[in-house]
Amino acid sequence: MFPEIIDTRPWRRAIDDSLNWVVRNWSDEFEAVAYPLLMLLNFIEDVLIATPWWLIMALLVGIAWLATRRWQLPVIVLVSLLFLGIMELWEDAMTTMALMIAATITAILFSIPLGVWMSRSARVRQVVTPLLDLMQTMPSFVYLIPTVMIFGPGKIPALIATIVYAAPPLVRLTDLGLRSVDPAVMEASRAFGTTPSQRLFGVQIPLSLPTILAGVNQTTMMALAMVVIASMIGAGGLGYQVLQGIGRLEVSRGLFAGLGIVVLAIIFDRITQSFGKQLQAKIGLAETR
Amino acid sequence: MNEIKQDTDLAIRMRGVTKIFGDDPQNALELLRTGKSKTEVQAETNHVVGLDNVSLDIARGQIFVVMGLSGSGKSTLIRHVNRLIEPTAGEIIVDGTDVLKMSLEELRTYRRNTVAMVFQKFGLLPHRSVIDNVAYGLEVRGVPKAERLERAAKWIDTVGLSGYEQSRPRQLSGGQQQRVGLARALALDTDIILMDEAFSALDPLIRSGMQDQLVELQKSLGKTILFITHDFDEALKIADRIAVLKDGAVQQEGKPEDIVLKPANEHIEEFVREVNKARAIHVRTIMERGEFEACEYTVPETARCEEVLPYFAEHQWVGVTNDEGTQIGRVTAKRVIGALARYTPGVNEG
Repeated sequence: MFPEIIDTRPWRRAIDDSLNWVVRNWSDEFEAVAYPLLMLLNFIEDVLIATPWWLIMALLVGIAWLATRRWQLPVIVLVSLLFLGIMELWEDAMTTMALMIAATITAILFSIPLGVWMSRSARVRQVVTPLLDLMQTMPSFVYLIPTVMIFGPGKIPALIATIVYAAPPLVRLTDLGLRSVDPAVMEASRAFGTTPSQRLFGVQIPLSLPTILAGVNQTTMMALAMVVIASMIGAGGLGYQVLQGIGRLEVSRGLFAGLGIVVLAIIFDRITQSFGKQLQAKIGLAETR
Repeated sequence: MNEIKQDTDLAIRMRGVTKIFGDDPQNALELLRTGKSKTEVQAETNHVVGLDNVSLDIARGQIFVVMGLSGSGKSTLIRHVNRLIEPTAGEIIVDGTDVLKMSLEELRTYRRNTVAMVFQKFGLLPHRSVIDNVAYGLEVRGVPKAERLERAAKWIDTVGLSGYEQSRPRQLSGGQQQRVGLARALALDTDIILMDEAFSALDPLIRSGMQDQLVELQKSLGKTILFITHDFDEALKIADRIAVLKDGAVQQEGKPEDIVLKPANEHIEEFVREVNKARAIHVRTIMERGEFEACEYTVPETARCEEVLPYFAEHQWVGVTNDEGTQIGRVTAKRVIGALARYTPGVNEG
């Protein structure tokens, strides 16, 4: 046994007490702050569910066509969506999609500015990098429970947990993309008397867009990976079906809902990746170096 | 000659510019000032001396070439003129204004309006079309879209890239990309153009064509061009004046002929040995001035030695004429051979 050097019990008690204090005194304020998030999620979910299934299919197949200009991906997307419909998973899939989209949008809103800040200051990077590691490696239940205590079970803690888990790759890849822009191009831009923001928006962001898009792709994938956990605290959707399937030992229900998540992942992964490739080809980074 | 110039004729004036790379440059600077060499300073402090007390006067309307091998500090030198690199010590005056005292905002205005730059690695924006690249400097300056595209189109035409306006840089060859870089700098219509090994990445034939084009452009536009190269032949071909840089210090500065005919030291002599002297030396520097009987063949005084060589197969001397076509002197085979013969200390001096 490791010898007891100091008594850690007061520390634990302090942490628990302060959380309880926050829950007692500040939960209304927290909820008010998170309210826009809930609005966003509900809005997306309402729109997706209200839109007729054939329109959503047409839109996604159309986007797949725009991303690749070939017939393969649109066919894969069509078959995947038909699977969701036939298996009676359509509405759950829309709920899950709404959670994923809301989490991705919020993550983009926070991560890209943070990534930009990181790319410009070594000190910020030193502080943020371990924080991102923590967000990705800390088991999600550890922060899920306090968020549930503060917000109560429901969509907000589910969304927050998803964002915490899914945002780090976007921050990292934004930072990486901005820093790996060809220094010769940056110097040329500087020599023409550009302001820092002209360089950021005119050179750095356009040239790192393929990398940033790879980050968005990672974020969508990680958001989907969280849906089962999110459904445990009231997010609903495909994750809830999986959970029910496990609970009732109904393997088929779990399997089909699980496949539904896989199918969604395939759709969004392939579409975002194809857009990334298209961008990269357009910029032709490799050849101008 | 116009050796002594008024300050107002100077486009760029550098005084004692020193650059030391490292965490504590001041300490290394003191060591350097006590007379230690670049290698000694590096060994003692682990600081790299980029430039060592460089003073240059660059007159308006000149092509001034800074020549040196890699690591001589020539790229560092050119980046001081538009302050892409801050010097550790020294003074840089451009058009009478102290560049180092400019605020960030003044510096941006200065970069937009006074100095344009062409880069060895082109530095084109890969996500923009050729015409948008050429118009980039004007866009940064805030020129309205229609006007900047019109001006960009004109310069694209001048550098011979008409028809490529909507292409992406990566679709062009290296030579074409550098033309885009050149057009981008010229479109700004600044008095000063900085060219950092602008032609070094190009293959010899294209390079030669670009050099001719540059000299022609300079003649018609009268810009001050600070040109960096490691190629002595290139320097001789385009330069009005040359400064040779080694270990961050200027070894010799003068007209191309001066450097070829009177190399200041062993290092420059090594360059000179490899060079085609017949191309470097103008007839006017070695001609005998005065009244001579009219010669059957004459060349203008701006001709180079290689152009008179063929005449010597048949003749002892060739007449030299000035701009008006009047004969002002002659050049003899002996003089030419004397100038072209390998420089040997003690022999052939003066």
